[in-house]
Amino acid sequence: MFTSTMFAAILPEVLILVLGMLVLIIEPFWKEEKRRNVGWLTAGGLFVAMAISLIFGQPGEPASALGGMIRFDWLGFFFKMLFMFAAAVTALLLMDNEKVGHRGEAYLLLLASLLGMNLMAVSSDLVMLYLSIETTSIPLYILSGFMLADEKSTEAGFKYLLFGVLTSTIMLYGFSLVFGFTGTTSLYQLTDMFKTGDLPLVTALGTMALILVGLGFKVSIVPFHFWAPDVYEGAPIPVAGFLSTASKAAGFAVVVRLFFVAFSGFSVSWTTVLAVLAAITMTVGNLLALPQTNVKRLLAFSSIAHAGYAMIGVVAFSQLGAASVVFYLAAYIATNLLAFGIVMAFARATGSEDLKDYSGMSRRSPWLGLMMLAAFLSLTGMPPFGGFVAKIFVFAAGIQAGYVWLVIVGILNSVIGVYYYLNVLKYVYLYRMPNQDEENHPIPLTRPYAIALIVLALGVLLIGTVFAPWFGWSNAAALNLF
Amino acid sequence: MNFPVLSIITFTPLVAAVVMLLMPAQRKNEVRAVALAAAIFALILSAWVFFTYNQSTAGYQFVERYNWLPALGISLYFGVDGISAPLVLLTGVVMFTGVLISWGDDDKHVMAGIQDRPREFFAFLFILAWGVFGVFVSLDLFMLFFFYEIAVFPMYLLIVIWGWIQTREYAAMKLTIYLFIGSVISLVGVLAMYWLQYKNTGVLSFDMLLMEKAGFSHAFQNIWFLPVFLGFAVLGGIWPFHNWSPDGHVAAPTAVSMFHAGVLMKLGAFAALRVGIMLLPDGAKYWQWLIMFFAAVAVVYGAYIAFVQMDFKYMVGFSSVSHMGLVMLGFSTLNRQGLLGSGLQMFSHGVMTALFFAVVGMIYDRAHTRQIPELGGMAKIMPFATIGFIIGGLVSMGMPLFSGFIAEFPIFMGVWGRQWLVAVIASISIVITAAYIMRNIRQVFFGNMPEKLEGHITDITILDKVAITTLCFFMIVIGLFPSFMVPMVQTGVENILRLLGGS
Repeated sequence: MFTSTMFAAILPEVLILVLGMLVLIIEPFWKEEKRRNVGWLTAGGLFVAMAISLIFGQPGEPASALGGMIRFDWLGFFFKMLFMFAAAVTALLLMDNEKVGHRGEAYLLLLASLLGMNLMAVSSDLVMLYLSIETTSIPLYILSGFMLADEKSTEAGFKYLLFGVLTSTIMLYGFSLVFGFTGTTSLYQLTDMFKTGDLPLVTALGTMALILVGLGFKVSIVPFHFWAPDVYEGAPIPVAGFLSTASKAAGFAVVVRLFFVAFSGFSVSWTTVLAVLAAITMTVGNLLALPQTNVKRLLAFSSIAHAGYAMIGVVAFSQLGAASVVFYLAAYIATNLLAFGIVMAFARATGSEDLKDYSGMSRRSPWLGLMMLAAFLSLTGMPPFGGFVAKIFVFAAGIQAGYVWLVIVGILNSVIGVYYYLNVLKYVYLYRMPNQDEENHPIPLTRPYAIALIVLALGVLLIGTVFAPWFGWSNAAALNLF
Repeated sequence: MNFPVLSIITFTPLVAAVVMLLMPAQRKNEVRAVALAAAIFALILSAWVFFTYNQSTAGYQFVERYNWLPALGISLYFGVDGISAPLVLLTGVVMFTGVLISWGDDDKHVMAGIQDRPREFFAFLFILAWGVFGVFVSLDLFMLFFFYEIAVFPMYLLIVIWGWIQTREYAAMKLTIYLFIGSVISLVGVLAMYWLQYKNTGVLSFDMLLMEKAGFSHAFQNIWFLPVFLGFAVLGGIWPFHNWSPDGHVAAPTAVSMFHAGVLMKLGAFAALRVGIMLLPDGAKYWQWLIMFFAAVAVVYGAYIAFVQMDFKYMVGFSSVSHMGLVMLGFSTLNRQGLLGSGLQMFSHGVMTALFFAVVGMIYDRAHTRQIPELGGMAKIMPFATIGFIIGGLVSMGMPLFSGFIAEFPIFMGVWGRQWLVAVIASISIVITAAYIMRNIRQVFFGNMPEKLEGHITDITILDKVAITTLCFFMIVIGLFPSFMVPMVQTGVENILRLLGGS
């Protein structure tokens, strides 16, 4: 039974587990002031694990593994690589966070959550899916509330927990109904059993709605978005960055597999539902982002809006649609992590997340200003950054599927985005600091930040200019669904 | 594969921008030298493209093609025809003169040029130039759009950081939002064209030469022509979507105004022609009357508003709206003369308006006011700028022996061929233009110098003179020797007429 394919299918997870245990064992032996080096271990270990997986763990033809619990295909693999990349960068960003960086358990929790995400991307069975979602969520609840002395962080952790538990219960109820109606929990068997002819439409849509509550919470689409701004604001900044990128992408990985495979028999009905949700999500996210004066909250609402854009690709329900979602998430992960990384570096130096304190940033640190420019223009959807190409692919998929109205809504929303993203750049580039002498003091960047930010900025640029390889992988992932 | 001259031209500004950003910020003169060297290099190459373009074979030349994303049919596909080759040259000229004008001087107390963070200024300006070159040479619709957006966003930063302190934040945001809305509306049309081509021919490609043959149905063209054409034409300053343009001109620093009016507005007109008219010719015929109406209003209304402006820079800004209206008017004729005139007008107006803004900038830097009644007597102190402005003014009025005449005359001929009444109405603008140009020349250059300006005004620098000479050179050469450019544009027009079904 124990074949090499089976091992290859979970190779990244095995490596993450090994790394996690290494962290657990080594950490107590290091002195308090050296503990932040666990971050180097985690990030370095994850990059090595990515390299090993890329060499030995590439999937071939889609195959079931571990008794049908997981699916070994490019869709899962590409997402896994994205999550591991995001986690590695997050580990780097955590290192110099005063309250979190020197505590080894933070890195362990990060790895545990990553393990869950990796399994979310490949689960092909409802039971497995639920387990992996919980494995992802529980460490994140703890990480959000990690700074016990900080009221906002505690509130964030608790709020995230309450919302998470509630929505996941509703989702579990949906899963049980699916099993009740069809007698199977395998996603790939559901394709044939969960069809319009066999089930009343209302029952099927109702079940789907229950499941959507849980997933909508993960990807933060309206109306399940209320937790996002508060949690992002309270959680340690790198954790907020991780939540808004990897965790959201993991949610999308499940959405794509669940809807494109298990619910494909109902595509006519759910595409409409999701289209409406996507339109509302974009609009609400962008409109609420407009008046924000705290950069983290602004990014929180913008990340809600971006879930809406990515959803257009799901609504398209086509190969290009799936490919564009995956591409969009890749570009979005790099971009948003870059944005959060800069916010983190800035908050560490100045202790502020207020937009008005960003005045004069480009005069203090021209390169940090340029990275801010790259991140925010990429969020706006301007070339030559990743966000531009990603947005065009998603819109192209939407138009191909005949959702012209949805694309127009997306476009109008991008225009709102232009306003508030460029507004941030205005602070960075135009306004001066109240005390202009302070502009001679650059914002200090420690080595982990410098490495993380440079890698991310290059990623944003590469995705936006040399887009062929990324699209090739996204497309390979999408091919597995059809 | 020949010498890849077009991609070298296109990517020169980008490379220069990156090099500049890597230089230390305090080495201002070295940064400026790099900018100038790159601008001269791009100018020489674009002149080389212009002069070696083979007018007897016409069609797209200097073609290069590299597959970029074969799965969706995106390629880096460069080539120029008789319409775009002059525009590439124009961009080279404006880039060169723009760098000269913004040189700045750290020692003297003249406000001229860019002294605050020249490194970032030139880097952003060159990224803008990168986008502009890219649009003019792209034969792939995706890349055209890519470069088009690149040409839009640096404008925001250039205006908001180095612009006129009174209106820069308002004007920069207004400009960006206008242009962004326009471009994304065109994008929807572009994607619709892409998928319809796929449906009709089974080929996934953004190649514009293939799209010309895709056989879009009449109904499709009639629906999508307007969004596509007008979306791009927003950047061309078409009435009633011109409102961003004068505000943007006024708020922008001198070199950016030159780029903005001289090149960027051509970008909109060019994209509207290349994507709107050439790919959707039946739609263009269907909506011809509307475009003609918009353009005619722009011509007369723009001229009238320019006439009543008291602010020198607003006057030039609205005169740009009027002159770009002439370009659109030429497009709307869809006949040989009109299109020929438009092609020439794009170049002629680009050079002329760059000169105008350069001179206005020189005066403002010294007088610190742009109110026309508060200016006067500049001819005594800056005779060189005065002569330059007068030449520009003569071009603007459409005087024979200058490029304006060569460009505007065919447009009016073409319009007369379609609808004589429009030609009559539009020609009113010539009278108004003559009136405001002459009035300004009299007041600003030959009037009495107000007392508070006495002694503060210095002559322009040698670099300014080089820039003015360069710009004037092209206006006079085209006026005296139309064969310098007319036959080339004609080859481009032939191509458009072929797509329109030889009308």
